Amino acid sequence: MKILVPLKRVPDPDTKIRLKADGSGIETDGVKFAVNPFDSIALEEALRQREKTGAAEIVVVTIGGEECAEQLRTGLAMGADRAILVKTTANPDSLAVAKVLAAVCRKEQPAFVIMGKQAIDDDSNQAGQMLAALLGLGQITFVSKLELTDGNRRARCSRETDAGIENLTISLPAVLTADLRLNEPRYVSLPGIMKAKKKPLEELTPESLGVSAASRTRVLKLERPAGRKAGVRVKTVDELIAKLRHEAKVL
Amino acid sequence: MNRILVIAEHDQGHLKLATFAAAGFAQKVCAAAGGTFDFLLLGSGLAAAAEGLRRSGAAAVLVADSTELTQPLADRCAQVIADTVRARAATLVVAATSTFSKDILPRAAALLDAGMLSDVIDVRREGDDLTFRRVMFAGNVIATVQLDGPIKCVAVRSAAFAAPAATEALSPVEAVAVDAAALPKFAEFISRETKVSARPDATEARIIVSGGRALKNAADFERLVGGLADQLGAAVGSSRALVDSGITPNSLQIGQTGKVVAPDLYFALGISGAIQHMAGMKDTKVIAAINKDPDAPIFEIADYGLVADVYEAVPELMQKLKT
Ligand SMILES: Cc1cc2nc3c(=O)[nH]c(=O)nc-3n(C[C@H](O)[C@H](O)[C@H](O)COP(=O)(O)OP(=O)(O)OC[C@H]3O[C@@H](n4cnc5c(N)ncnc54)[C@H](O)[C@@H]3O)c2cc1C
Ligand SMILES: Cc1cc2nc3c(=O)[nH]c(=O)nc-3n(C[C@H](O)[C@H](O)[C@H](O)COP(=O)(O)OP(=O)(O)OC[C@H]3O[C@@H](n4cnc5c(N)ncnc54)[C@H](O)[C@@H]3O)c2cc1C
Repeated sequence: MKILVPLKRVPDPDTKIRLKADGSGIETDGVKFAVNPFDSIALEEALRQREKTGAAEIVVVTIGGEECAEQLRTGLAMGADRAILVKTTANPDSLAVAKVLAAVCRKEQPAFVIMGKQAIDDDSNQAGQMLAALLGLGQITFVSKLELTDGNRRARCSRETDAGIENLTISLPAVLTADLRLNEPRYVSLPGIMKAKKKPLEELTPESLGVSAASRTRVLKLERPAGRKAGVRVKTVDELIAKLRHEAKVL
Repeated sequence: MNRILVIAEHDQGHLKLATFAAAGFAQKVCAAAGGTFDFLLLGSGLAAAAEGLRRSGAAAVLVADSTELTQPLADRCAQVIADTVRARAATLVVAATSTFSKDILPRAAALLDAGMLSDVIDVRREGDDLTFRRVMFAGNVIATVQLDGPIKCVAVRSAAFAAPAATEALSPVEAVAVDAAALPKFAEFISRETKVSARPDATEARIIVSGGRALKNAADFERLVGGLADQLGAAVGSSRALVDSGITPNSLQIGQTGKVVAPDLYFALGISGAIQHMAGMKDTKVIAAINKDPDAPIFEIADYGLVADVYEAVPELMQKLKT
């Protein structure tokens, strides 16, 4: 069984995002980058499924520049077997990401794909669903529990929706997207890092896969939202009630 | 001319209010750049829901009614949406942001080879094109974007668009033929674990009372956060910390990766104010925060901040609000 896990390089969730003065992008100088947290959860799940089922090859893939090799090495250090970097200087939107990932899937023929439900930089929450559509496969988004059944030909999943937890089954291959409560990803160990250095990292390009990474989305400008100003401190519950009733008039 | 398809969302036939915000977005596009919009309802047993969409200025209320669509499964719904877009030559597909639309709309977009924008908060006409504004980076960045291609898909934040004024005229209801046998059936629905709650949905409430890690267990949460909410007819919400520790269900999580809300009043009780939490509530009109740490970041965005222990302040608040 082969499991494909896409990883995206994103600014660490704890960094403060600063914009370039001309609004053309975010300031990347001095910014720490990490694997998108939801992708770490997806990879952790792939590792756990391998531990449960005995044998599986786990392939991590990312689309981006040379610098993304760093996140692939993190994936290898966590326990993935090999990595694919699809090199492009374009800034692919979710549809373009899905097209490139679809080409990788056609080449690799994984038993299933598991990836983050959303990248925490652009927050689009689209790529997995688009990938499933392009491959003509089923999808389960926002997975919080995963169990392979029927000799790894089906999966039983719980997913998190606005209305509560939904339980579904799906035929494999399929695309699954991970939600926060699926698991708690392991830390990378020192022996893991040493081993990762020897694991294969293949470089491809969208052209070599016969697809384009061109986007339909054109970002014209980035701005800071109008910030909220801190209001006032109240000293007592009485004062809080008075303000809410008579000043803000919301009670 | 824009031909817009607004995907209506409902819960077992009960329309979600956010659907009307999506219609408000469609009206805004029509006013700026010309065009008309239709609603598309998917499910089964939809007569009442269809009726509820007839006074919002739509050219038509399209109804895809099939027992195969009783559960909102992405593979099936996306197929019906894509087929309808092609049949009607729609140029813009709109839904309000929710787990329902996040599941199905990107899939429909890919079937149509259309680009998609999530979390759209504004739209303008620019020459022959539309320019959108959307939120990224946990609410810290607003991007101005355009989409290329003959079909565009957008998910809009419901708080950013006003519902259309009710019309005298009734939109006609039209059935959309669903070829049930041809629908993809990769996924099969088993069950849904919903907590029946008499409280309003956080995305539709005027007031939200939200609790954080300060609440030590489910009973305390229910007594303090739930109690205050019930007294005010408010919805309840929570930080991720409480969802992770199993004190609250995931459907209550407010934030970057939970629900995004913008009520008139948001009580943050024992919530520190992590950027991921604030991403889900900082467009609220009035924020009231109670936290025992005077340096908690929540105070930087709260209109009214009270430094106090929630275990003392909230019972006092409940007591005094009775008078
Ligand atoms: C400052 C800035 C400017 C930009 N300008 C442009 C522009 O001008 N034009 C343009 O088209 N785009 C631009 N982008 C990129 C674009 O906005 C997003 O990268 C794109 O929309 C993808 O969305 P997402 O990352 O939110 O994907 P989501 O759909 O949220 O991602 C879901 C999952 O998909 C996978 N995934 C996503 N991306 C990758 C990847 N690269 N490699 C591997 N897996 C991946 C991950 O598993 C992730 O968890 C810009 C981005 C920034 C930050
Ligand atoms: C990728 C990612 C996505 C995330 N998405 C979300 C999201 O969608 N929503 C979300 O909420 N979080 C999200 N988080 C988590 C977020 O970063 C914070 O960890 C979380 O919001 C903290 O919750 P909290 O404020 O309840 O807890 P804490 O940060 O622990 O704060 C508890 C607060 O309660 C106060 N307090 C304690 N006891 C009392 C008392 N008796 N009386 C009064 N005050 C008291 C403390 O002073 C403190 O300020 C995400 C994180 C990541 C990395």
